[in-house]
Amino acid sequence: MGLFILRRLGLMILTALCLTFIVFWLTNLLPNLEKLAKTQGNARMSDEAVVSWLENRGYGQPTLIKYGEWLGVLPGYVIEGQDGTVRARCAPIGAEVDDTTPAFCGVLQGDWGQSTVFRNPVSEIIATRLGLTGKLMGFVLLLMIPGALIIGVLAGMREGSRLDRGLSTVSIMSTATPEYVSGVVLIAVFATPTFGMQFFKGTATSAMENATFENFLLPVVTIALYGMGYIARMTRASMTEVMTAQYVRTARLKGVSFTNIVMKHALRNALIAPFTVIMLQVPWLLNGVVIVETLFNYKGFGWTLVQAASNNDIELLLGVSVVSVFVVLFTQLISDIGYVFLNPRIRIS
Amino acid sequence: MDKAPYDGPILEIDRLSISFFTRLREIPAVMNFSASLQPGEALGIVGESGCGKSTVALGVMQDLGVNGRIVGGSIKFKGREMNTMTREELRDIRGSEIAMIYQEPMASLNPAMRIGKQLMEVPMIHEGVSKEDAYARALEVVTDVKLPDPERMLNSFPHQLSGGQQQRIVIAMALMSKPSLLILDEPTTALDVTVEAAVVELVKDLGKKYGTSMLFISHNLGLVLETCDRICVMYSGEAVERGTIEGVFDEMRHPYTQALFRSIPLPGADKNARPLVAIPGNFPLPHERPTGCNFGPRCDYFEAGRCDQGHIFMEDTGFDHETRCLRHAEIDWNAPLVAGAQTEKPAPGRVVLKMDNLKKYYEVAASALFSGGSTKVVKANETLTFEARESETLAIVGESGCGKSTFAKVLMGLETATSGEILLDNKSIGDIPIEKRDTKTIADVQMVFQNPFDTLNPSMTVGRQIMRALEIFKIGKNDGERRARMLDLLDLVKLPREFAGRMPRQLSGGQKQRVGIARAFAGDARIVVADEPVSALDVSVQAAVTDLLMEIQREHKTTLLFISHDLSIVRYLSDRVMVMYLGHVVEMGTTDQVFSPPYHPYTEALLSAVPIADTKVKKKHIVLEGDIPSAMNPPPGCPFQTRCNWKDKAGRTKCETEVPVVRTLANGHQIKCHLTDADMAEMEPVIQMAAE
Repeated sequence: MGLFILRRLGLMILTALCLTFIVFWLTNLLPNLEKLAKTQGNARMSDEAVVSWLENRGYGQPTLIKYGEWLGVLPGYVIEGQDGTVRARCAPIGAEVDDTTPAFCGVLQGDWGQSTVFRNPVSEIIATRLGLTGKLMGFVLLLMIPGALIIGVLAGMREGSRLDRGLSTVSIMSTATPEYVSGVVLIAVFATPTFGMQFFKGTATSAMENATFENFLLPVVTIALYGMGYIARMTRASMTEVMTAQYVRTARLKGVSFTNIVMKHALRNALIAPFTVIMLQVPWLLNGVVIVETLFNYKGFGWTLVQAASNNDIELLLGVSVVSVFVVLFTQLISDIGYVFLNPRIRIS
Repeated sequence: MDKAPYDGPILEIDRLSISFFTRLREIPAVMNFSASLQPGEALGIVGESGCGKSTVALGVMQDLGVNGRIVGGSIKFKGREMNTMTREELRDIRGSEIAMIYQEPMASLNPAMRIGKQLMEVPMIHEGVSKEDAYARALEVVTDVKLPDPERMLNSFPHQLSGGQQQRIVIAMALMSKPSLLILDEPTTALDVTVEAAVVELVKDLGKKYGTSMLFISHNLGLVLETCDRICVMYSGEAVERGTIEGVFDEMRHPYTQALFRSIPLPGADKNARPLVAIPGNFPLPHERPTGCNFGPRCDYFEAGRCDQGHIFMEDTGFDHETRCLRHAEIDWNAPLVAGAQTEKPAPGRVVLKMDNLKKYYEVAASALFSGGSTKVVKANETLTFEARESETLAIVGESGCGKSTFAKVLMGLETATSGEILLDNKSIGDIPIEKRDTKTIADVQMVFQNPFDTLNPSMTVGRQIMRALEIFKIGKNDGERRARMLDLLDLVKLPREFAGRMPRQLSGGQKQRVGIARAFAGDARIVVADEPVSALDVSVQAAVTDLLMEIQREHKTTLLFISHDLSIVRYLSDRVMVMYLGHVVEMGTTDQVFSPPYHPYTEALLSAVPIADTKVKKKHIVLEGDIPSAMNPPPGCPFQTRCNWKDKAGRTKCETEVPVVRTLANGHQIKCHLTDADMAEMEPVIQMAAE
């Protein structure tokens, strides 16, 4: 098992390297850099000025070297600019470059760079924003997974029954409604006086400090609904299959009661397949987070991503991507390990 | 639940009718089925697939699914009507009073639950005993079913056990609450013959020990003969004949039963002198049953205007024997079988195929999850050396894992040999994979597969599939010529020409297998590897397909390599037999040599394990201990030493350390065994016909 996890971790790091390089390359394309130069320097810079501005700040180096510096495996640049100032990647802006300036400063050293828009270190921004999104996601998962499993199991245990059809319809509808539709509808219904059901707030800004039922339920439900239908469908499919399996018949003909058949015999087998889907769903939910956080003005990770992208905030965008990549890979690792635990046929081979 | 003492019949089924309801129509699956079972008695229900025998079992259990319903009659268990029981009452009875053993042990055990827990559940539900007591009981029962190391067994998951062990666990589970009635639904169909023999023996012993009544459902007449006291033959949803084993086997009074017996290869049948008689026609679909006698259209004794005039009732013929035949008193049941077309045994021609020291080893990773690291070598085939001649049938016999399918793969070119040679017309083809073989070689060596249901493309017409084979073999210049050739091939396998336009799903199993044969012979194959070609088919169809193969072989002088585990059919049709065990050829010789002493100890056990549906046959009783060892981890010395009954005679240490060399006895009869000639000479025949 230990070896298995090690191998998976190794593979994960390799994937992360490849993915971050792609993101790095895309964000460091020339048009992006020109835009950066113009927003940071002077909007009316001449083309030559742009080039020298970029050269002075190390952006002129080959992409691989820049990537190495950003990663922290190559020493940061120290460039004496055409304007005579010596700039180093590792020296804070405005500070003198001297012997105390560290040679390496990259992601590995914990230096994620400086956000050009928020004027704060990227690591700081990501930490706070990720915390906020973590809170949102936590509640979403808390609502979504048990809900989806209950719906799926209830629907799947008696295939074709009225309960099955009802629940299936609900889950298909919920998964067919994207967040930007359901969010708007939910706001219109529950956060405006139009229908006389103004129970909740249409904005979740206050939930960042103090989450209450009133200000947090709508964003949580909006994300959860979408994923819930999907997982419920998978659980139902898996459950119906298990319920027709021969070993369930064996249990039935052993005299096991229906409740116990579902709980003791069918459930664990039925969860093996949806478990992977649930874990796949977590990174997928990040999509929803982007929309919902913007919609409800909840300044979390998704909101930061939108801000970074629209403001051409390269370092922040990179940081956000790295974290996203790790979230995806990490959930995959958990899913693989969990799968092994659920399925004894793999565990003890 | 208390088990009140009761001394009437355990089970009384009276005119039971069960139907399945689809959107289109009601499909009657069982009609007017009656049976009764006394305490301690074993009743066998025999019939082909689709005759409703499993439906009866599930009907007794009152577990017919959403679509099935009991539409008439009554089922009384210990005098209590089951049809009107509530769910709770049923649940009390299931598992504690009536237990069931299923066809596929792997599928009927919960894969994600430890075996101990699955066993302990039974007394915990029904008797409310504590966990400790239930564990003690489980341990006792697992010991009873003769499983080694019971504690480890209880702590394992089902996938860690072999098929035979799993079936023993299912049996143990059924016995946990000491039921009064045990229903066995084809309990050994998925198992190997020697394992089957051991399981059947176990069931019989346990039945005696616990005094359990048994309802034994099987398609295998021989098995029913060995296990049951009474038998009920079913055909198309009806019981057609009912009586004691001796009564039905020796004095059958229904044409279907007679036809069934004539279509199975009993000792004494011979493909040339006494060919099998297949039952003509097909099994009627439930909604296409004829009026009058269901068997009428296929019956030799059919009398128009009488047999097709309405419902036929069971009639008593005396001696506790009933039959559903109007003419049972008129038919001369002792009339000898009109011998079918007798044929000359073709003389084997020149050598076409030669194997020389063929070996096939596989390297596999020791553990599936963490690949890499240590690898193990699986010796799938060890030094195969033999010749096959023109128009000869060479049977390759052995249980699962003996390497017979690997050999077929190497011959076909799906795998290449590790060492040794395969010579086809003195041309080595052993290390040429199929992609690199020329068209002629591919067309010459063809295969008929075990499962006709999976080997036809479901979305291509039958004709198209045969023509596709012709295209690949580069036969015929254009589609027109190939079409003509395809129609000829359909004639060859005796399928109507209209079948060219049909889809595989519109064909029955036997018809599909005929298409498979037609496809194999598309390029005038000279060597046909038939991998268990009839084992997925019903008994009455088996005979027809076997005969077809034989006939084509006679005409085309084909060399037939017949891979099978069914010794009855091997004895019937093969000229020479090769017995394999764990990759080794343990015995080889002509059919007569192999089927009479001296035997290899494995052949002896194999012969004894095959159930024979003939009351006149006396068999020596040999039961092998344990399972077939894994090919990944073969025992040292003789591959068979772990289960051999003769080991003491041949010298234990010798068997455990040395692989025996092949010895040639009289007339090319080869045996791989340490036994001395004197010991061999002492061997008695396993199967003897009692003097008539």
